[in-house]
Amino acid sequence: MVATQPLPPEAPSHLDVTGAKHRSMWGDVWRQFRRHKGAVGGLLVLSVIVIGCFFGPMVYPNDPFAINTSITNQPPSAKFPFGTDNLGRDVLARVMIGGRISLAVGMTAMSLGVLIGTTVGILAGFFPKLDGWLMRATDMFLALPILPLLLVIIMLFRDTLRNAFGPEVGVFLLVVFIIGITSWMQTARIVRGEVLALKGQEFVVAAESIGTRKRNIIMRHIFPNVLSPVMVAAALGVAVAIITESALSFLGLGFPSDFPTWGRLLFDAKDFINLTPMRVIWPGVLISLTVISVNFLGDGLRDALDPTLRSK
Amino acid sequence: MNKQRWLALFAVMAIILAACGSATEDTTTTAASGATTTTAATTDTTAAPESDAGQGGTLTLLQWQAPTALNPYLSGGTKELLASSLIIEPLAEFSPEGELVPALAAEIPTPENGGIPDDLMSVTWTLKSGVLWSDGTPLTAEDVVFTYEYCIEEATGCTQSSLYDGISSVEAVDELTVKINFEAPTPFPYSAFVSYQAPIIQKAQFEGCVGAASQGCTEQNFGPIGTGPYMVTEFRTNDTALYSFNPNYRGASEGKPYFGEIVLKGGGDAEASARSVLVLGEADYGWNLQVDPVVLADMEATGIGALQTSFASNVERIMINQTNPDAGLGDDRSEWNEGTNPHPFLTNSDIVRALSLAINRQELTDIGYGAGGAPTCNVWPAPPAASTNNDECLTQDIDAANALLDSVGAVDSNGDGVREYEGTPLRMLFQTSTNAVRQTVQELLKSYWQAIGVEVELKNVDASVFFGGDPASPDTYQKFYADIQMYTNGSGSVDPQGYMGNWVTSQIAQRENNWGGQNIQRFQSDEYDALQAELAQTADLGRRSELVIQMNDMLVQSGSIIPLIWRGSVSAFANTLTGVGGLNAWDSEYWNIEDWARS
Amino acid sequence: MGRYIARRLLIAIPTLIVISFVIFAILDLAPGDPTASLPLTVPPDVREQIRVTLGFNDPFLIRWVKWMRQMFVFEPLNVIEQVFNVSIGEGAERTRIISWSSRGPVVDTIIERLPQTLWVLGLAFVFGILIAIPVGVISAYKQYSIFDNVGTFVSMIGYSVPTFFTGLLAIVIFSVWLGWFPSFYDTTHQVTDWPSFVIQVKQIAMPVAVLSLFNAAALSRFTRSSMLDNLSKDYVRTARSKGLVENRVLIIHVLRNSLIPVVTLIALQIPGIFAGAIITEQIFRINGIGHLLISAIQGADVPMVQTLTFIFAVLIVTFNLIADVIYGFLDPRIRYE
Repeated sequence: MVATQPLPPEAPSHLDVTGAKHRSMWGDVWRQFRRHKGAVGGLLVLSVIVIGCFFGPMVYPNDPFAINTSITNQPPSAKFPFGTDNLGRDVLARVMIGGRISLAVGMTAMSLGVLIGTTVGILAGFFPKLDGWLMRATDMFLALPILPLLLVIIMLFRDTLRNAFGPEVGVFLLVVFIIGITSWMQTARIVRGEVLALKGQEFVVAAESIGTRKRNIIMRHIFPNVLSPVMVAAALGVAVAIITESALSFLGLGFPSDFPTWGRLLFDAKDFINLTPMRVIWPGVLISLTVISVNFLGDGLRDALDPTLRSK
Repeated sequence: MNKQRWLALFAVMAIILAACGSATEDTTTTAASGATTTTAATTDTTAAPESDAGQGGTLTLLQWQAPTALNPYLSGGTKELLASSLIIEPLAEFSPEGELVPALAAEIPTPENGGIPDDLMSVTWTLKSGVLWSDGTPLTAEDVVFTYEYCIEEATGCTQSSLYDGISSVEAVDELTVKINFEAPTPFPYSAFVSYQAPIIQKAQFEGCVGAASQGCTEQNFGPIGTGPYMVTEFRTNDTALYSFNPNYRGASEGKPYFGEIVLKGGGDAEASARSVLVLGEADYGWNLQVDPVVLADMEATGIGALQTSFASNVERIMINQTNPDAGLGDDRSEWNEGTNPHPFLTNSDIVRALSLAINRQELTDIGYGAGGAPTCNVWPAPPAASTNNDECLTQDIDAANALLDSVGAVDSNGDGVREYEGTPLRMLFQTSTNAVRQTVQELLKSYWQAIGVEVELKNVDASVFFGGDPASPDTYQKFYADIQMYTNGSGSVDPQGYMGNWVTSQIAQRENNWGGQNIQRFQSDEYDALQAELAQTADLGRRSELVIQMNDMLVQSGSIIPLIWRGSVSAFANTLTGVGGLNAWDSEYWNIEDWARS
Repeated sequence: MGRYIARRLLIAIPTLIVISFVIFAILDLAPGDPTASLPLTVPPDVREQIRVTLGFNDPFLIRWVKWMRQMFVFEPLNVIEQVFNVSIGEGAERTRIISWSSRGPVVDTIIERLPQTLWVLGLAFVFGILIAIPVGVISAYKQYSIFDNVGTFVSMIGYSVPTFFTGLLAIVIFSVWLGWFPSFYDTTHQVTDWPSFVIQVKQIAMPVAVLSLFNAAALSRFTRSSMLDNLSKDYVRTARSKGLVENRVLIIHVLRNSLIPVVTLIALQIPGIFAGAIITEQIFRINGIGHLLISAIQGADVPMVQTLTFIFAVLIVTFNLIADVIYGFLDPRIRYE
């Protein structure tokens, strides 16, 4: 058995030659990451949004679903910091609940997409027999008109799934599943490229020559080394998934009206843009901020994980 | 640089450009050819009399749901009926007050003028003389007969064929006289060839389009030749229709129509249409503005346009299942089975009355419908046949509702907050179609009923499934696999007879008729059936109204329908438009467009 | 080069056939019904007749074969006939794909709508490239300068803020508050003279601007990072040491090599660009094919949705093909792979 620690092969050549202090790879990554102002800013903003959405509703007293016809279309005030909507519901409470769903959709759909992408990429890169077929399938998926198909699939299966799993879970599963299954192709391509490059490296050849089983080679040697491109792809995947979900909801074909997500809130608020413009601004700004943060985060990660940059 | 490579790149660019170029060219040719087919018909007309018709410039109408075709017989939506009503006309129209006004007919046939015989078995219409189609040929009784034959031919797929039900034959007595013979006495014979739902199409144009061929007649379906004030010059499905005034129109000598051209634009949504007319002044008219009332009021305050509302007979109602929808019954759920499968508690009229009393209809209206709605307690809300006997429901009275439930023994005996009636807890599954307003109303209703110890589970089904009528789907409103459901329905005609006929015993929707009956809540009363039979034999208008009120009260008081909101349509008009009059809910909103002018 | 193009073409055709099957099969599962959008007053037996007339009750395979024939044989022939004004064979006997809602031929409607979409998309794409490449090149060349920092930040925002949000804001600001641009797109407007050209520019300005911003943001990011990769390569040092003018080094050598990965990335972005078009058309009320698709989906007009989705696939495959050709042009190695 070789290298139980997942060190990228380039890493040793960049190890600090001047200092005597031991530096781990992740320590280096973090040091490099901190230098990227955008990435640190993104991490901070994202943390605030995530904490706000997941813990905010626990301390915030107003019910996001309570209809009160005597306080409709209120501007922001002390009692309703983000104002109220046309049914007198508290917009801040709805934005927080909506954020939970949007973020959950983003994370879950990304995980699914990355899982499929990594699997396909590793299989295609490692097994030449599968390569042709898998890459052809990847190309075909890349040529699919994704948004029209998403819309069509949602139209077709929404009710079936609603009936099977209830309105919340059913639509959630559907949206996550279709976003995941249509967003893995980039990851697969990148991973395949990395795997092809790795396969020629000495440590893989060595492991093969001493008869290590293929599964072990993949798990111990290949997978840890493709982790960095996968992490970058994952960060960008969250952004894509959040945008896709809000686009679907915005077209009125994502989550139903009784199920607030940021996209849905924006869609419902757009008729009131003259009356209560802040109702449009909040969800729009939150979607944008989240996506910007995640993208900066991805940029920072990419730089930090790139050993050639790290040595600088 | 390799020259060959540059050439290759050039070639690619050229192909792209050519593709784009041909695409645009292509549309202009189709548009032009479409235009020539319709305009060619008019160029060779015998010189129209000198008049100032069509001198008023362009009128812009916004119909955010754009028409898909201009043949009202193949697409039954209001949007198509409206768009075609500028071109083709019926024998008679309904005024905003619901009164019959002759259009192509010289006068309305009545028993007094001899148009309707005493046995009520026929009606005879006389056409105005000298009416020309826009291609210059005269309108004759043959065209009327053809329209009937076109629509009743099964393979045509005519969506208005029910208007011609009960007719045994239509004959052309002479050039200008048409006689309609009925299978049974028909006291209100004004459904065939009346209103924008049943206009007259030209025989010469549609002769080749009867039966299965109808679907392929795109040119005809997109550009019918008509007798009306306007004719199509260009039609883009789901997008735009362009019209120009018809020089052969019978009012041309009086300077009608005023506008020379009409642009009917589709696309966008109700909110955008309202803004275009009321705030930006980009258009003269905006149709069907289902927009939050507060937003509309804010827009109207700009002061360049005004809203108009009109009410026909559409009522948003809750249907109360009279049969047991328990899933445990298998195929027998929601089956009437000759009255052997009653609902465990909803057949008790006092329980339903309590449910009705607990509703704050004014709040529902304010939240969801604004000017486009009014609280109602009747199935038939339109005067003169509107009942006043059920008006107690107009004010919410939770205490009375609670007392009523207590009095029938529906009390909460186990302290779980839900009342029980004869051992069954008052829990209901409440379904409706997916639609933001309906879901809000559902939530509000749920909160009202919680206050009287009745629990509801909310469900919404996609509109295309709910109203789709697929016998294989369990979620259609006809199958009614729920305790209560909510939707809007109304009569297509001013006369309530056909509509009230929905609730006779033979119309009960059930397995036997593939859920094709119109009696959705499975209401059954021999007395009601008898009243309906009497209505079908009565010609006196006063007596007819009495009967309708009686039937309406039976439906409401038996607790099989809870009417909620009388729904009207809201349209916006630019302040510069004159001659529009009241908004017409019984016929096309453009019914008098030849009188519209600009100040 | 010819062989290379031919090879890419040959791969594209089976891809399209597979896609067409996928689309047809998915839509066949639809609960859609041609009569679903008709009013409640239409009785059931009438609905059944309409289903029969539209061939809705045929078995799945028959409908697929019919649709394939219409899609691949009949409709292209019709289009050719219309464009070249010739008639080929029995034009009248060719059955056409008929929409469930308009009862008119689906393809005619699409041809009516396509120009708007292509205009908006094409202009946005061209403007996007015109903005992105200089910005990307300068950003990379002057890395960490103020220009680079601002440019990177702005492009990150442009890339991250969804078009439906920027579009909505644009309408409120420029159409409602300032009244500069119309809020509707008039598809029948014809450009004949200068004033009508101005109107056309006004009505197309907002959607093109919003989409261009998005395209430019994505492209400039790609260009910048690709330029950065190449600037540190040995051949650049060689070129400079040979004494070449800096502009020449930058444009002829670095830019050209940098564009190779950019072209690939653009090709990968194409479905996203079309998705952006669907949303933009919805916001700005442009009656293009994206708008048509949404209304067809809402109206459960299955033949229209099938055909449109397929047309989107054709467009994507075509643009991928063009990207491949440009790629082959920029990078001679690829052609001999």
